[in-house]
Amino acid sequence: MADAVLEVQSLNVRFTTPDGPVQAVRNLEFRVNPGETLGIVGESGSGKSQTALAIMGLLAANGRADGSARFKGDELIGLSDGDMNRVRGAQISMVFQDPMTSLNPYLTVGNQMRHVLQRHLGLSRGEALRHARTMLEMVRISEAERRLAMYPHELSGGMRQRVMIAMALSCRPGLLIADEPTTALDVTVQAQILKLMRELKSEFNTSILLITHDMGVVAGNADSVLVMRDGECREYGSVDKVFYKPADDYTRALLAAVPRLDEAMPERLATVSAPPTELGAEIAAVEKPRTNHAARQLLTVDGLGVRFRVAQPGLFARAQSLVAVDDVSFELAAGETLGVVGESGCGKSSLARAVLQLIPTASGRVCLLGRDLEQLARRELKNMRRDMQVIFQDPQASLDPRMTVAQIVGEPLNTFRPDLGQPERNERILSVLLRVGLAAEHLNRYPHEFSGGQAQRIGIARALMFDPQLIVCDEPVSALDVSIQAQIINLLMDLQVERGLSLIFIAHDLAVVRHISHRVMVMYLGRAVEVADRQSLYEHPRHPYTLALINAVPIPDPVVERSRQQQPLSGDLPSPLEPPSGCGFRTRCPHAIQRCADERPLLRPVGKSLVACHRAEEIE
Amino acid sequence: MNAATKTSTIRGRALSTDVWETLKKNRAAFVATLLLAVMSVMVVVAPILSPYAFDATDFDRISVGPSLSTLHLFGTDALGRDLFVRTMYGGRISLMVGLVATAVSLVIGIAWGATAGFIGGRSDHVMMRIVDVLYAMPFMFFVILLMVFFGRSIVLIFVAIGAINWLDMARIVRGQTLSLKEKEFVEAARAGGVSNVKIVLHHIVPNLLGVVAVYVTLTIPQVILVESFLSFLGLGVQEPMTSWGALVNEGAQEMETAPWMLIFPGAFLATTLFCLNFIGDGLRDALDPRDRSN
Repeated sequence: MADAVLEVQSLNVRFTTPDGPVQAVRNLEFRVNPGETLGIVGESGSGKSQTALAIMGLLAANGRADGSARFKGDELIGLSDGDMNRVRGAQISMVFQDPMTSLNPYLTVGNQMRHVLQRHLGLSRGEALRHARTMLEMVRISEAERRLAMYPHELSGGMRQRVMIAMALSCRPGLLIADEPTTALDVTVQAQILKLMRELKSEFNTSILLITHDMGVVAGNADSVLVMRDGECREYGSVDKVFYKPADDYTRALLAAVPRLDEAMPERLATVSAPPTELGAEIAAVEKPRTNHAARQLLTVDGLGVRFRVAQPGLFARAQSLVAVDDVSFELAAGETLGVVGESGCGKSSLARAVLQLIPTASGRVCLLGRDLEQLARRELKNMRRDMQVIFQDPQASLDPRMTVAQIVGEPLNTFRPDLGQPERNERILSVLLRVGLAAEHLNRYPHEFSGGQAQRIGIARALMFDPQLIVCDEPVSALDVSIQAQIINLLMDLQVERGLSLIFIAHDLAVVRHISHRVMVMYLGRAVEVADRQSLYEHPRHPYTLALINAVPIPDPVVERSRQQQPLSGDLPSPLEPPSGCGFRTRCPHAIQRCADERPLLRPVGKSLVACHRAEEIE
Repeated sequence: MNAATKTSTIRGRALSTDVWETLKKNRAAFVATLLLAVMSVMVVVAPILSPYAFDATDFDRISVGPSLSTLHLFGTDALGRDLFVRTMYGGRISLMVGLVATAVSLVIGIAWGATAGFIGGRSDHVMMRIVDVLYAMPFMFFVILLMVFFGRSIVLIFVAIGAINWLDMARIVRGQTLSLKEKEFVEAARAGGVSNVKIVLHHIVPNLLGVVAVYVTLTIPQVILVESFLSFLGLGVQEPMTSWGALVNEGAQEMETAPWMLIFPGAFLATTLFCLNFIGDGLRDALDPRDRSN
């Protein structure tokens, strides 16, 4: 075997904190061979990022690393900052999660790339800029010359990550460390970036250390896998071995907790640590088959439109109108779940807020229980709010940091039942808390004392206080770890069965939506492009965008991933300020014809689905 | 244990007791609070215990240094008035100006800033332009105008200083409110049918307190200094009444011949300012549940 590019032995990372020492990484050992990709997987707090930072000598001031990390035979741990700087960027380079914050907003792309090249390769200014241009072309950025003069904010998220990769590879490093390189990106853009990384890897013969929480990303991109939990290695081996013959319980649990697009669905998602047991018994008692009885209509949304005014620079410039939601209609029956998917900027969150009347609508109607919400007087609307509740994406941000759990969960009681006495109040608060799996001792705690999953349970408890008919869930699990995500989804599904709740479930994760929804609506640039029941949508996607979305989702199965046709959607989402004429998707659609630019496709039945595409019948 | 008995054993936590508990753990802030309390009691009670009045001249002892035997604890000034009693009287005025003027600016500033920020849009524009216009008014001109129309009085000084200071407060509060109202917990409250007034009172204002507490502890010293500046110009408190600012000013002129005239009032003023800074720091931490140690 050739010499390892990176060989890590008994690596420990410790932090001194006011609460005593914390060991973030414990006795870690692994090696990366030339041209190999090692995937490090783990949930948040598992120490995967700290491992990378320790290797690069970038630990926070209170962190200390010991052990050994040899890069091509040279020891990296304990290197002085000056020596380390000669290694960083030139021989080992790093790509971070958020391309916006890792690029300097005050420097043009060309200048940022130039500095690295001048420093490490000793090129002159002109040479460096020329080299930067070639690098941009290598990462398939169009109009490279023009991009060099642009500032980071003028580029899209995918483009920024390409620039980061170009910068990281510009000195031909022996090792590229990619820390969650696609987590902040949309799924179609993620597919583009991953494909690019695979291509560049074979072109440059660079070894890659790929750090991610996404088992799907690892399956398609890594040669070997290291599973971490609580700073320790739980499993280390080739990708096939880890995925098909996992030896460790945690790896098995992690794999089982991921909802998959390509498999028959289990009734409940496996969870890494099971929820409290008394809860399980309670649920079993009410467990019913998840079928959708032709129930009464709860919610009707008809031609809903949402516009935002976007101020333009300049004193007398007219504000531009941004169409966030454009003519969206759907119905929701009692006890039904409608999944809404789409990439960021497609208007799904605006749709959620408009349905709840949290933002003004520009056109259309929202009728809950047969009453048009916009026609209601303020007082009546307030009373209707008992029946429609919301759960937000970031569980911490949706809880007032200065209120205790009892105050947060009890706030709806202040609004709707100010007549209740203290004992009665406490009893009601406690009963919902118990239902979502929290305990009485949590009542007096503040939100920051809870983990993300627990905080989301508090948010759900608040929403449940008055037994609402409809809960709008705006990306309720996308900020959570896989295992926690499974618990929250199971809880929502149980509550639905138990109380006949209707859910609007918004997410960008197609696998999660498939798991929880009865029907799914796919949105693109503010419009619904396909609405279908779950089965038809995932088995026979009719709209080219739906198809592209489904194909872009990485599947946690190495063999499946390897054999998949990788044809990621090209390009980025057009600016919603200047949407393309006709069909919004035509600029990225492989099937676009002249008619798509001239005429806007309307939703029409094709097979069992509603599809907004002129060529839905021809494509399949 | 069933649910009902369990709830009765768990008592709610009140913000005020929580804050006090945390403040007590911060030694600097705790000592500063005690010291400030002692000084406040002193300026009220101590003059009663002294044999001298604040405006009476002791003709036998003009400009003498501190001495226990004569009971001129801090000495006397150039007119033979007892400096200890005068320092206490000055403290009454200075502390009162600090508190009242700051309270005035606090109430107006938070109400104005939080309203402007929360409503936003055109109302916000109009309200903040009013603030800009008031900013442009020369402060001295404003005070002189007030004096001319209403005559000299201490109350007027409180109002005048407070009326100027709320502008800064309003700006700071508005900025904070603008970012707070976009937070998801505010949206969650709206989705829960909570009225706008209650959102401002229960969600926005408590989350502003940390910034406001720090700003208040910066404002009080500033206000005390502004008052001494006014006194120096002859627009503030009038002889024989005095304030710390006025005493320091007199003392500075006699610094070479009678240093005690500067040292004692100066020490009281400086100690107060230090205390307020420590309390401000402590309060900011205590008001934020995230910083409270569990």
